Amino acid sequence: MTSAVALDHVSIRFGSFTAVDDASLDIAPGEFFSFLGPSGCGKTTLLRTISGFVEPSEGVVRIDGKDMRGIGSNQRPTALIFQNLALFPMMSVAENIVYGLRVRGMGKSERMKVADRLLDLIALPGQGNKRIDELSGGQKQRVAIARALAVEPKVLLLDEPLSALDLKLRQHMRSELKEIQRRVGITFIYITHDQGEALTMSDRIAVMDRGVIQQIGDGRTLYNHPRTAFVASFVGETNILAGKVATAEGELAEVATAHGPLSGANARKLMSGSDAMLFIRPESLRLTAPGAGAIRGTIVGSAFEGHVTHVSLVAADGSKLTVSVNGEAARLVPEPGAEVGLVYRPEEAIILPSEGYAHA
Amino acid sequence: MHSSIGQVVIYVIPAMVLAWFGWLAWRDRRDPANAGRQGFVARNGWPVAGFLVIAVGFWTIFMIVLPLFSMIDLSFRPKLPPPQWGGPKDFYTLDNYRYFLFGSTTSTAAWNVTHLTAFALTILTSIAITALDFVICYPIAYYMAKVARPNRLRLMMLMLIAPYWVNEILRAFAFRILFSSQGIINNVLMASGLIDQPVDFLAADVALYAGLAYAYLLMMMFALYNALDTLDGNLIEAARDLGAPWWHIHAFIAIPHAKPGIASGSTLVFMLTAGSLAAPLVLGGPRSLWFTPIVYDRFYQAFNWQQGAAYALILLVACVVFVLGVLRLFKLGLAEIAR
Repeated sequence: MTSAVALDHVSIRFGSFTAVDDASLDIAPGEFFSFLGPSGCGKTTLLRTISGFVEPSEGVVRIDGKDMRGIGSNQRPTALIFQNLALFPMMSVAENIVYGLRVRGMGKSERMKVADRLLDLIALPGQGNKRIDELSGGQKQRVAIARALAVEPKVLLLDEPLSALDLKLRQHMRSELKEIQRRVGITFIYITHDQGEALTMSDRIAVMDRGVIQQIGDGRTLYNHPRTAFVASFVGETNILAGKVATAEGELAEVATAHGPLSGANARKLMSGSDAMLFIRPESLRLTAPGAGAIRGTIVGSAFEGHVTHVSLVAADGSKLTVSVNGEAARLVPEPGAEVGLVYRPEEAIILPSEGYAHA
Repeated sequence: MHSSIGQVVIYVIPAMVLAWFGWLAWRDRRDPANAGRQGFVARNGWPVAGFLVIAVGFWTIFMIVLPLFSMIDLSFRPKLPPPQWGGPKDFYTLDNYRYFLFGSTTSTAAWNVTHLTAFALTILTSIAITALDFVICYPIAYYMAKVARPNRLRLMMLMLIAPYWVNEILRAFAFRILFSSQGIINNVLMASGLIDQPVDFLAADVALYAGLAYAYLLMMMFALYNALDTLDGNLIEAARDLGAPWWHIHAFIAIPHAKPGIASGSTLVFMLTAGSLAAPLVLGGPRSLWFTPIVYDRFYQAFNWQQGAAYALILLVACVVFVLGVLRLFKLGLAEIAR
């Protein structure tokens, strides 16, 4: 099967600055694919390259198997939803939605039929004559989606479209976007710096950092089996303990850290002596009696969040640690100032090379 | 000093307008929506408030309102030697307006063809020159507002403004030199072999139209630049992404967005062109017809200020009516073009 979008060794440079470095991936038809990364990681540049506003310095973008070199953004089978939505204020809601069809020369009465159908799809029936500034944030959002869908693109590109909405609406729109994607069945490529959005909506996620695609996988894989230190620290909360690999045998290895030797899963088969970081998720750590666990710390505070309580600790060397506690155990958390020990199962901790990690 | 309705109008109407403004300010302060807000005077102090009232008031009344009203008053009076001012022959009459239409203060038998033609041509040519200025300025303004990088933009601004440091009359003479039979343009055309006789650009009014188009170009340029500068670049990209060709983006996104700027630029260029004097005097050929030199002649050649005032008012009223009509046609308010 031809992939909906394929990047073949795509690099994008602006002068001496490399925005995207050698990106290669295949996105399947009908997939909900996200690019996740901090601002400035190159994800928006990559999206603009797919939509045709930026030409890659090297490499090829293929959409539906066709080489897109020399094909302008107005001739690509993609539609982009802008971060600020970019709805046309000089046109009515319906005129906005069918703008792409008007450009393609569709007659007015036919256009209005499409507009009515799409207004039903986005649950704004009969509101086509409204002005854009009469709509609420969420309604504008849905009009932008309808405008992009009207041209029946093969690929819908979304550039952080939910970032302008408030938290409640953002969470509601997540499920609505997913539902629209399921109904229209086209490929969605979604850009975000919010891992919650990426994890809840996407079939697969590409995590990017400083122009480099770090890892591609579904949310569970990225969370449970990160391949780089950046992915391990960016996706979800984690505790980071730096050191050198002391002994490596089989699946597990031992890292010499400031807390003493700690063992974890040696995911990248590091040799002893190499610089490494040990990542332990807050929910993998459990509180125990002082002196009993592998790590010792002093409780400095705890934050109750309903279903979970985050306990902050300071270790002997001054580094900060977080432990998540839920259920019955949350009521048994000692008062701040109490000394505790921390235990974890070594296979739930992960050892990754610290090379290339600059976000500590 | 003769007393008449005219004098009353000149002094009473401004007083009424001032009183109306005063009433508006009083009502505004009583408005419950403004309750608790400090007044302008309380916020800025008496010296500032006093200066503003005196400066703005002096400017409006002595520089604009009084001269204009005395012009209106003058235009309805017959031409009389000073000893007869205020005498029995000094009464209101439509003679000066009648002269504009019929070329005589008494007969209505024949039309005043020369003046009427000049008037119509002035209005029509001003419209054409306004349109020409828009066509010239739109691509440049769009480039400056949406394409040019800051360094290039500064350079272009300077290049646009610098020629206007030269006096208007000197600029008109420069155009005359450019377009004269021994001028640079004729020399270049002759040297290139396109023509073998110099073209009389002045007689053909080419120099006049070029000079007029250039005279108020910046008014259009900056009005368009300011309007296009506020156009969100994402709208252009969104339209392109939806498949729009470049002309469609200009016709249905950029120009509708810039409509208030186009209106204010066009209003300025049209008004100034229709009322311009230097370019027609310097660049007009022997047979060219422009209305402002005729008005000028009424004052300083015929020494008929009454008739000159009438002619000037006819031009002013025609321009204002035309501009308001066009604004109405394009569904634009005066407040919008003043943004």
